[in-house]
Amino acid sequence: MDKHPLELTVNGSRFTVEVEHRKTLADTLREDCGLTGTHVGCEHGVCGACTVLVGGEPVRACLMFAHQAAGRPVRTVESLAAGERLHVLQQAFTDHHALQCGYCTPGFLMLIVGAFERDPDIADGELIEVLSSNLCRCTGYQNIIRAVRSVQDQLRGRA
Amino acid sequence: MSTTMRDRLVGRSVTRIEDRALLTGKGRYLDDIRIDGCLSAHFLRSPHAHASFTRVDAGAARAMPGVVAIFTMADLRPHLTTDVLAVGLPSTAINLEVDRPILARDEVAYVGEAVAMIVAETRAQAEDAGDAIDVDYTLLAAVSDCRDALKPEAPPVHRRLPHNCLARFAFRYGDVGSAFAAAAHVVSGAYHVHRGGSHSMEGRGVLAAPDPMARTLRVWSSTQTAPALKRNLCVLLGKEEDAIVVETPDIGGGFGPKLVTYPEEIATALGAILLGRPVKWVEDRREHFVSTTQERDQHWDVAMALDGDGRILGIRGDLLHDHGAYTARGLNVPYGSGVTLPLPYNVPAYSLNIAVALTNKVPVTPVRGAGQPQGAFVMERLMDKAARALAMEPQAIRELNLVRASQMPCRKPIRLRGGTEVILDSGDYVACMRSALERAGHAGFAALKRAARRQGRRIGIGLANYVEGTGRGPYETVSVRISRTGRVVVSTAAVAMGQGTATMIAQIVGDQLGGRMDNIVVRTGDTGSGLGFGGFNSRQTVVAGASAHKAAVEVRRKLLQVASHLLEVAEGDLDVVGDRVEIAGAPRSGLSFADIANASAGLPGFLLPGVDTPGLASTQQVNINDMAFANGTGVAEVEVDEETGRVRVVRFTLAHDCGRIVNPATVDGQILGGIAHGLGNTLFEEMLFDDAAQPLSTTLADYLLVTASEIPAIDILHRESPSPLNALGVKGIGESGVFPVMPAVAAAIDDALSDLGVHVERMPISPQALRARIIAARSSGNA
Repeated sequence: MDKHPLELTVNGSRFTVEVEHRKTLADTLREDCGLTGTHVGCEHGVCGACTVLVGGEPVRACLMFAHQAAGRPVRTVESLAAGERLHVLQQAFTDHHALQCGYCTPGFLMLIVGAFERDPDIADGELIEVLSSNLCRCTGYQNIIRAVRSVQDQLRGRA
Repeated sequence: MSTTMRDRLVGRSVTRIEDRALLTGKGRYLDDIRIDGCLSAHFLRSPHAHASFTRVDAGAARAMPGVVAIFTMADLRPHLTTDVLAVGLPSTAINLEVDRPILARDEVAYVGEAVAMIVAETRAQAEDAGDAIDVDYTLLAAVSDCRDALKPEAPPVHRRLPHNCLARFAFRYGDVGSAFAAAAHVVSGAYHVHRGGSHSMEGRGVLAAPDPMARTLRVWSSTQTAPALKRNLCVLLGKEEDAIVVETPDIGGGFGPKLVTYPEEIATALGAILLGRPVKWVEDRREHFVSTTQERDQHWDVAMALDGDGRILGIRGDLLHDHGAYTARGLNVPYGSGVTLPLPYNVPAYSLNIAVALTNKVPVTPVRGAGQPQGAFVMERLMDKAARALAMEPQAIRELNLVRASQMPCRKPIRLRGGTEVILDSGDYVACMRSALERAGHAGFAALKRAARRQGRRIGIGLANYVEGTGRGPYETVSVRISRTGRVVVSTAAVAMGQGTATMIAQIVGDQLGGRMDNIVVRTGDTGSGLGFGGFNSRQTVVAGASAHKAAVEVRRKLLQVASHLLEVAEGDLDVVGDRVEIAGAPRSGLSFADIANASAGLPGFLLPGVDTPGLASTQQVNINDMAFANGTGVAEVEVDEETGRVRVVRFTLAHDCGRIVNPATVDGQILGGIAHGLGNTLFEEMLFDDAAQPLSTTLADYLLVTASEIPAIDILHRESPSPLNALGVKGIGESGVFPVMPAVAAAIDDALSDLGVHVERMPISPQALRARIIAARSSGNA
């Protein structure tokens, strides 16, 4: 299979890569952009571990071909912290023990950031439904929900 | 004097040291490890549950783009000391040798069994090549249902074997015959308990890289048992211990199946040696469904004899356990089921016959709970039946029979699989149950139920007790040392898979060595000492905790000895604070850890400072053979939709006792995760196979893991009955949350449908199945 050139804008930086048309955005971010924070859990769009923001929307990077992301800004978990300072949501996650093995965590962080940016007024019930998009086998979700609720105001304000 | 109660780390919900890296996308999971020139492996897997073959035709595949090599068993065998992974825990009960071959030789025994390994520049190219390989399979009869496996006409799961009965063994004590003869009441039930897979969000993976400069093979694997992997690699590849280095990366969940050493790990390592290049294999989700071990079906036929007051006289029955096609661990899952059943109660006589059957399905090894939740489920179902037979309240008949606090330590007439006696070390089961019932509002529920019924709603409440063996021995290795820069460096063979092992160990060590978490570094999955086991069976807080504590105490002793000599102050007048040893009452006096570590290293020609041996280090393997038994009670509230059979768990209360708690937040985290897993096993998770043993559940759209929407309101109560078996008094907690969910929810469903006389006998229970039960109950006139 032939590789084709592609320019991706990820976390504000430009990446010039060459990938087959069939290579997913998730694999390209991990292998060609060196951003391994986005994880692959199922490759069939159910678990959400690969969730990133493309043009502001949370998407399953495992179901998107890298070439489909051309010309659209991509944001991954690596964009959240500012140097040593954690994003308010990341801080809330550690304060509330909302991560254990950490494999699903980047996907949840981007899902939540994207959901609040898209709709700052998102209601609690809808928030739970959004959270049910992603799977976690470790935490049982309660602490993730608590972490999000604890910084809800900041997440709404930041949008 | 060691740190004051107020300053102690153990007992506090200290923030985890693991978190920052994981939150910022800087975790280092297996597939994040990049090595130049690394090749990708892909395994060609059998599409048939049982077939023979003579030829693997890879000619066309070898010529495809990016393909570097294709290996079959014939290619690997000359470089292996043996062709199978013989890892079964020893048992005289096992009749048949069914060890897993590294690659299939001439027969495949389950869908997903690996037949060839393709190594290419990229995974995609390797998979493309796999499609071009032709295997001349001849289909053989397959056994799908373990109940069929033991019938006389059943085809053999392996064609060379005479039958499919891997093992028969029994638990027997007391006089069961007399118990039943004298019984005022006998209740019985037939139960089918099915559990599923692990489905850690990260699948398996292994990376092997020859290091020509060091003349070693470096191996990373997403494994729970790095020491076992190293041992198996050395044995199978015929290498000395110092020729192979095994390390664990961050692990994205384990839950049991990653405790197994797999043929893929051996094959990938051998591929790297033969090709002289790094080779990486990463499992995808479909492979996790068809080739990672799981738990599956158990069929129980049991009866309980009781006297007129409701006291248990005896329990007897049969258990049939589905083992899968090969032995990847041993008999520990059904053994654990049999041991667990009578634990919480005084059971004077017990007779359980266990048959372990082979099937043409992926092998069965522990999944969170390791067979124990099934034993607890069956016991609690029998107690609920007994309650109804005697017209007693479910909690009253339980309270009558629970092992009392005054009986502790309570010797049970059964043995663990290694021969150790079962002795319940501590716990107040009655008080624990009462606290759960009170918190759950159990006493007032009947009124709520009546009120709901008047509104046409069906709600129910159910309770379940459990006792679980934790802290599987015999030991875990922990090394503690103070480095020349004054850092406390801990290495352990204990493995971290999300449960906060590093933080737990740092807290225990920190209480002896200054109390500053930021001065402690913990490396897990360290196989350097050559001794150790890793993470499984809720063991690490007990065995690694005990070794960490002893090692830290040793290092502290030496630290003070050297400091006392250097400062010319009595040891009793010294405090260990932060990264210094200070003279009591004079803060910032004394010496830093770094000063003391450097002094303790010695100088040529000079005496060591007040000690006979240099350095501030200690390696410990505290030997603990008895298991520490944790206990708990779960109370579930459900709402059942009579029209659809849908069950919603509205609220779950769990009172538990895991001995002394090291970190309350992470203990709660383990319980919450366990409850979610238990909920999955109760209502959602089922590995479906057809009659030809073809797996039908092969995606996460078929096999349902609970999401945030399914989680009920959860209340957790803690009790701490310290274990006398270790200096810290701790017990394990990793699997506990799973135990009470199936039985408590089953009981709650029964309660919601009590007028229909429904008794849930199968796990998981689907809406369709429950609806069918409701319809049947109505038509048989129970309404």
